[in-house]
Amino acid sequence: MAPRTITFEPSDPYNAFLTRCSRAAYGDGPLAGVAVAVKDNISTSGIETTCASKILKGYIPPYDAHVVGLLKSAGAAIAGKTNMDEFGMGTTTENSAFGPTLNPCDTSRVPGGSSGGSAAAVAAGMVRMALGSDTGGSIRCPAAFCGIVGLKPSYGRVSRYGLIAYSNSLEQIGPLGKTVSDVSTLMGVIAGHDRHDSTTYNRPYHHAPDADIKGLKVGIPEEYFGTGVDLGVAGVVRKAIGRLEELGAATFPCSIPSMEYALAAYYVTCTSEASSNLARFDGVRYGPATDWKKSWHDAYKDVRGAAFGMEVRRRIMLGTFALSSGYYGKYYAKAQVARENVRADFNRIFRDVDVIAGPTMPTIAFRLKEKSDPLSMYLADILTVPANLAGIPSISVPCGNSEGMPVGLQIMGRMFEDERVVDVAYAYEQAVN
Amino acid sequence: MADAEGQVIVGLEVHCQLDTLSKLFCGCSTDYRSDGPNTHVCPICLGLPGAMPALNKKAIEYAMKVAKALNCEIIDEAEFSRKNYFYPDLDKAYQITQYDKPLALGGYLEIESDEGGEKKVRLTRIHVEEDPGRLVHMGNAERGKYSLVDYNRAGIPLIEIVSEPDMRSPKEARKFLNKLRATLEYLSVFDSEKEGSLRVDANISIKGNERVEVKNITSYKGVEKALTFEVTRQKNLIRRSQKIDRETRHYLEARGVTQSARSKEQEHDYRYFPEPDLRPLRVKSWIDGIVLPELPDARRERFIAQYGCSLNHARTLTGELKMANFFEQVVSKDPKGLSTLAATWIADTLIGELNYRDMSLDKVEPAAMTGLVRLVQAGTITDKSGVDVLRVMLDQRLNGEPSETADAIVKRLSLARTTGDTGAITAAIEDAITENPKALEDYRAGKAGALNFLVGQVMKKTRGKADPAELNRMLAEALKNRGV
Repeated sequence: MAPRTITFEPSDPYNAFLTRCSRAAYGDGPLAGVAVAVKDNISTSGIETTCASKILKGYIPPYDAHVVGLLKSAGAAIAGKTNMDEFGMGTTTENSAFGPTLNPCDTSRVPGGSSGGSAAAVAAGMVRMALGSDTGGSIRCPAAFCGIVGLKPSYGRVSRYGLIAYSNSLEQIGPLGKTVSDVSTLMGVIAGHDRHDSTTYNRPYHHAPDADIKGLKVGIPEEYFGTGVDLGVAGVVRKAIGRLEELGAATFPCSIPSMEYALAAYYVTCTSEASSNLARFDGVRYGPATDWKKSWHDAYKDVRGAAFGMEVRRRIMLGTFALSSGYYGKYYAKAQVARENVRADFNRIFRDVDVIAGPTMPTIAFRLKEKSDPLSMYLADILTVPANLAGIPSISVPCGNSEGMPVGLQIMGRMFEDERVVDVAYAYEQAVN
Repeated sequence: MADAEGQVIVGLEVHCQLDTLSKLFCGCSTDYRSDGPNTHVCPICLGLPGAMPALNKKAIEYAMKVAKALNCEIIDEAEFSRKNYFYPDLDKAYQITQYDKPLALGGYLEIESDEGGEKKVRLTRIHVEEDPGRLVHMGNAERGKYSLVDYNRAGIPLIEIVSEPDMRSPKEARKFLNKLRATLEYLSVFDSEKEGSLRVDANISIKGNERVEVKNITSYKGVEKALTFEVTRQKNLIRRSQKIDRETRHYLEARGVTQSARSKEQEHDYRYFPEPDLRPLRVKSWIDGIVLPELPDARRERFIAQYGCSLNHARTLTGELKMANFFEQVVSKDPKGLSTLAATWIADTLIGELNYRDMSLDKVEPAAMTGLVRLVQAGTITDKSGVDVLRVMLDQRLNGEPSETADAIVKRLSLARTTGDTGAITAAIEDAITENPKALEDYRAGKAGALNFLVGQVMKKTRGKADPAELNRMLAEALKNRGV
């Protein structure tokens, strides 16, 4: 059969794309002819992949990420590469070396991040689905801010081979879409074991969403409605949980005491891994050419200082410090203990309930440049990072508006019970539509 | 027994390339040496963004074979870690290695000590890691133009074997390495003939003083040379009442000296942490399924028992897998008749002649050696002629000329022992005595060396074919006839 192609409009009013394919071939399969956007940290053979960083400007991978290969075999058309916070480091997509993405719901606001381009492209209807990656909320946050659905799969269900690593032990590639069905369909295409990624499990996803949640036990952690969570957002989410009860679910209050250290554990872990992952970008093989007259050590310093953005440099420095001899035990090792505690808390809670529900983000989408100091930005991740620390699946589904902006309902489930969080999100979505 | 002040103390860290077909974390072939630069590479061993390591099971099996042979304990949950440092040959800017949870702990290797007996050198650990790429510097050392990077070597599986400081001389260190090499070869996990397949870092101190690490030793002989240099250097400092600095030094193979590394290189903080892309290794249970082949010590004992080899011959013959196999092939047709003679000829003569020619044993067919030993054993040629025949054989093979059998060489050069051909020997004796009146005089004066000299002269004239016993008898007679 002759290959079929889709052509794409070049206009991109929200700066959602870093590379926009003008046309793309597609084949047969469950995604035949569906345009899918791919976050720019996922390697695409022959298509520039920059992680929104100057240091990877011009880098064209010679190979496809495992998930991109799966997309192609499923018949999808790759619509382009989406904007993001540089290397995934951010919550707003403002940390892109190529300008921020705007929120299609309100262009004075950020789309969230770091998969902001993917979320904006879906929200604006430029593509039906997109792939993002979620290290500490990077799929769920922009899904919530842009009013779409985003799933962070259980750690190990989707291959990371070809995902340019930011924090290997935390991140997963996952689907974004306007509907739970689309997200579920895309998850079905990308999930499964990959011999190139030793951290994957043989747990393919063959699932059609089921809206029956009668008898479902839902835990409501007090920390998800505590200090720092916007009252308007909390109200919308409580109402949404009320809808779940109307559908036959029972709710139970619970607590995740380890959340006190979750954010610290998260930032120590991700910056440590990032400091190592990003060390290879040294100007020899990537980035602007180095000054050959200098010693290689000095040349590396120049290139890395100039080509990495401020937030990336900050996190490399933090991570380098946390791993340093004499500090490892104090920071990295401690963070792993805190991480174990988060896991233990979730295991305990999941003995009594099937899923945990709460807001995805403590607020609605920020205005552009609103989060100028890093710490307040880091605090915005507080409700999403626990799922990454524990490796459990978590979905964000739109559940109404606050101040005219979308709010996301977050549903977290037991390890490998991605199907269940999809079902709960689907039940809610079907009930309100 | 505690070491006395001034005792040399040596510990080694030996890196060996495991002879697997593919690399440690990807499917690229390890057979890169005869191919162009950067031809055995893929996204994984190039460290391209997004690529992930997938462990080669064979490499772990090989490493466990070594661990079992060296009496180590496999730990329950070994782990890979990242060793972070910047260097242009390191494509990911970290090396995947093992840090606080290595594959194997403890163990020992028995070597022949300087005192002659066997001694155990204890091992600290064995871990598995990937080899970095290789830099090729263009221009010369003083004015380097630029450097090129070849990643063919990147990702080749290595094991690092770390010993306790149990060696007491450079010679013992050399013996440790030779024994280790033999053991790895017997296990079929290592090929010592591949260039750069072994690299050694040595820790050396003189008891009561600071320890020095010598890096970058890439040959077996180099270890002994580098350490001998260090012993002299350190002892000289002590003699002059100077302090020995605790430092890292590089061995410069071409000059045979060590040189202090720049202090910057010693300040590494490798920021180890567990490799998040690989799962912990739970392989302890594999160890029972690993069947070890006959190892050098066992083979040595068997050679003594089965072939009646002397301890020294057995040690030499089993010290290299190829040599041991060669010996057994040479004597296979007639072990009873040939063993003793073959052991002498191979261990004492052949090895020396090969070393002299810098020639590999591979070039010699066991059958050719059998032919030669048979001729000597049957008395067809003398030992002296045997050496001549061997030399001709080796030279022919070295130069790629048509190879003759020992029989053919003996015929062509008329090297058969001249038993009973008294005429030729008598003539040679007469000539030798006539041509060397001084020797005759010396002999008369009772100088012992004179007789040996004359024997040598006669041997030369008969081109080594004369039966030594016969020659001695006839020469004595001839001298007596001259009234001596």
